[in-house]
Formats: sequence, C-alpha cells, structure tokens
Amino acid sequence: MRSDTEATASLPLKIAAGAGIAFLHLPILLIFVYAFTTEEKSFQWPPPGLTLNWFSVAWNRPDVWQALSLSVKVASVATAIALLLGTLAAAAVSQTRFFGREAISLLVILPIALPGIITGIALRSAFSLADIPYSLWTIILGHGTFCVVVVYNNAVARFRRTSGSLIEASMDLGADGFQTFRHIILPNIATALLAGGMLAFALSFDEVIVTTFTGGQQATLPIWMLQELIRPRQRPVTNVVAVVVVLVTFLPILAAYYLTRDTDEIAGSGK
Amino acid sequence: MTGAFSQGVISARRAGLSGRLSDLFWRRPQLLLILMLTPPLLWLGIIYVGSLLALLAQSFFAIDDFSGLVTYELTLDTYRQLLNPANLDIILRTLVMAVAVTVASAFIAFPIAYYAARYAKGRWKAFFYLGVMMPLWSSYLVKVYAWKLILAKEGILTWIFARLHLSSVLDSVLALPVIGGNSLSVSYIGTFLVFVYIWLPYMILPTQAALERVPKTLVEASGDLGATPRQTFFTVLLPLALPGLVAGSIFTFSLTLGDYIIPQIIGSSRLFIGQAVYAQQGTAGNVPLAAAFSVVPIVIMGVYLAIAKRMGAFDAL
Repeated sequence: MRSDTEATASLPLKIAAGAGIAFLHLPILLIFVYAFTTEEKSFQWPPPGLTLNWFSVAWNRPDVWQALSLSVKVASVATAIALLLGTLAAAAVSQTRFFGREAISLLVILPIALPGIITGIALRSAFSLADIPYSLWTIILGHGTFCVVVVYNNAVARFRRTSGSLIEASMDLGADGFQTFRHIILPNIATALLAGGMLAFALSFDEVIVTTFTGGQQATLPIWMLQELIRPRQRPVTNVVAVVVVLVTFLPILAAYYLTRDTDEIAGSGK
Repeated sequence: MTGAFSQGVISARRAGLSGRLSDLFWRRPQLLLILMLTPPLLWLGIIYVGSLLALLAQSFFAIDDFSGLVTYELTLDTYRQLLNPANLDIILRTLVMAVAVTVASAFIAFPIAYYAARYAKGRWKAFFYLGVMMPLWSSYLVKVYAWKLILAKEGILTWIFARLHLSSVLDSVLALPVIGGNSLSVSYIGTFLVFVYIWLPYMILPTQAALERVPKTLVEASGDLGATPRQTFFTVLLPLALPGLVAGSIFTFSLTLGDYIIPQIIGSSRLFIGQAVYAQQGTAGNVPLAAAFSVVPIVIMGVYLAIAKRMGAFDAL
C-alpha cells in the first residue's frame, strides 16, 4: 500500500516543485514582453502598448554591434584555449596516476570556486605590475582561465567512461599513438569536447565580473549591458539586447545537452 | 608461439617521425604526461596562481596617508584598517546575507530536487533537467536586469499587489527598518530575492544528485516500519541528502560573498564585501586594502570548505 502512494508525488510536493520551476523561468520570460513595450522612460507594467520598433533601433546602434563583435571574438579565442588546455589536463589526470593529481583538479577548479572579483582583481593588479596595457588579449587571458574548467569537467567525465581497452586494442593492432588519437580517442571524446566548448563559449560570452577588471575601456556585450543598467540611455534597446542574449545563450546549452545525453551507449563503455 | 616470433613483432620500430615519437611515448609515459601537463600548468600556475599570490602579497603593504602611494614595506597596518568598525560592518552584512540566501535556496531547492530525483521520469526528467540548466546558464546580467524590471516601483510586482488589494501589505513591509526601503529594488529584500533567484540552480543540482543516490527501498522500508512521512523525512531522507545540500551551499555561499554587481544594481547603498573591494581598488585607489578585503572571502571559504569536506559534500558534487 505504501508503494502505491509512492508512485505519484503528493500534491504539495508537486505544487512546490512546479512553483520553483516557474520562479526560475518567469523573470526571463518577462523580458520578452518588455522588449515590445512602447514605454521608454520607465519599467511600467502592464506595457501601455506593443511595438516592434525597438528591434530596428537596436539593429542600427553601432555600439551594440561593436560590443557583440568583441564578445564573439573573446569567446571564440577563450574557447579554443580552454579546449586545448582542458583536454590536455583531463587526459593527463584521467589516463595516468601521478603524484599531485588532486592538486591539478583543484588548480583547474579554483578560478570558478573563488569569487570572480578575486580572479579579476588579481589579474588586474598583475597586469599593472607587469605594465601590460589592456587589450583584447587581456580579456582573453582572464576568460581562458575560468573556461578551462568546463571543458575539463566534460572531458574528464567522458575519459572515465571511455574504455582503456579500446586504446590498447588499437595499439595492439599496430596503430601508432597519433593514429590511435585520431581514430579512437578523438571520436570517443568529440561530443564531450563539443559540449564543453559550447558551455565555455556561453560562459565567456556572459562573463562580466572578471571582464570589468581586465577590459580597460573596451565593452563586451555584458559590459555594455552593465553600463546601461547603471546609467540607462535607452531602456527599450537594453530590453531587445537582453532578449537576443537569452536566445544566443540558450542554443549552445540545448545543443550541449543533446550532445552529452546518451553517452552511456558509447561502444566499449561497458567494460 | 616462439619467443623469437613474438619478440620480432613487439620490438619492430615504427618508421617516420610520428612513428618514432609514438614509440618514445609508449616507452616513456612520463614524457607524454609532462608534455600534456605543461601547457595547462603554465597557464593556470603562472598566470592565475601567480596573480593571485601577487594580490595577496599586496595586502601586507600599506598605503601612505599623505602621498596616496603604496609603500612597499611589510606591515599589518592594512589588516588593522580592515578591522575598523565600518569595515567589520561590511563583512558582517555580507555574511548575514550569504547565510540567509543559502538557507532560503535550500528550502526552495529541496522540493524541486526531490521531485526531479524521485518522481520525474523520461520526458519529465529531461524537462526538469533543462528547467534547471537553462536559468543556470542564461546570462547573469539579463537575470539581474529582469529583476530590476520586476522590482521597480512601477513594475509587475507592485501591480500584482495592487490587483490583489494587498498594496498596504507591501507598503508595511517596505516600511520595516533596515530591510525595507523606498521600493523593493532599493531594499535588502530586493537584493536577497535576486541572490536567491540567481544562485538557486547551483543548490538544486547537487541536492538532486544526492537524492538520486538515496535508494527508494530505504524510504519504503522506513514507512513499512511505521515511520510517519515526517519521521521518514527527518531521519532517513534529510541526513542522506545533507551532503548534497552542503555541496550546494558552497556555491550559494561563495557566490554571494564575492558578488558586487547584484547589490550595486538592486539594493540599498550600503556596501557588501565585493563592492568594498571594487571601490577600494578603483575610486579609492587603495589596492592593499582591496587585497585585504578579498582575503576575507578566501579565508571564510577555506573554513567552509574544510567543514563541508568533513560532511562528505565533495562526494556529492
């Protein structure tokens, strides 16, 4: 009798869980409504009228495009760096045992475990000590540092599930290390790397705290938004940009989810 | 199989550069390991840890009161300055907020995590997973901005209260000392709500992971042995889910301690640690004090992590 009642959740639990999910999503949906409002000076609810005008206004704003292109550049390079460093560290940690393995994991996780402001201010004071002028590369330096961890996490999880016997079999059958990497290891970890890369891109594209310290006068898209939040110039344009940012970040997350979803069915994983 | 034959196969050298290299790596795995570890270690060890140590070192210098320049002599003056009442106030305020946010997130997260872990199947499981992941990964600033819209005086929350004829309730809450304010968006309540909203997914995910590892049979056995659902919850479920909750609290706690954007955009003008760091290194130009301030969350998190490790939180991550 007990297990009958266990099969479905009690009503209060359903309500609490449903309300929690709604709490997480309604604020984001609200922005979509505000992107169409005709009200320019305040955040008046309900919107007095609806218009598509702000999309074209935002489209014609050069500062938005500059910020967007800087963000894309930074995120692309930071993702590439994270893919390289994260995969290397993951391969080393998961394929071999050596002294200090735990320390490597800690080192990789530290940049996101510590508050972003500490990473940011540490890098900033290091730049000023070393007299490095702010540029695209100082932003990338910061972003690369904390993007490594997402690639690393994805790659470590996949390496753990990839059977070591596949690699041994490949070597036994005469493939050299590079062929084994190209034909056995890479296909096995490819989707994990793609997923990790997409998450790294989303993380970098969205980052604001470290960037405020390493960016100097340049504005990535989040920095642009932050400036608009503190000193609003044209609120509806901010709404439109917010909607675009939501859509741009949702797609990689969805893709990453579908890429890593069914990874239990990889050949040789059931060793 | 003759020894000569098998030896011939094994010892055949591979030709070409890539062949020779891969033979070398096979014979000396340490060499490959060093090659693999060098780039990430160089990057993280030198750029990241190097700057971190440089920052911490600065907290042992002090700023000259007259010239406003940093004097490079080892001193504890900056830490003495950190402990003056105004700065202690900032630290205490941030700690209270971090605790409140953590407790509230745990309460909201538990039902979601429990439902997703125990009852959601197939399609619904995916729905709950994405339902938590999407807000987690969507833009931080956009989420803060959404709350600026919600909490604004002319915003949707005021409108809902008016529609429900509860405006007087809202007004009396805002009239409360300390936590109240002119409108929700300039009060501690607003700051608190936004913190809870933004860090909630970080609490849900580890809690759900811990709950998924609780065998269903344990809960059933507890019921069969006569425990009321309430007893089952407090004596079976909660102790087993605790490592997950603690793991989640690491995030909610640490993220609240270091954030300076949320209290800057939504909240009263009184500072949090993150804002103090930002102000000290920026407008005030007192990098040693900023460094000393940033030591505070590091120390608090160090203690917190040590306790969390004892409670088994790292196995739930």
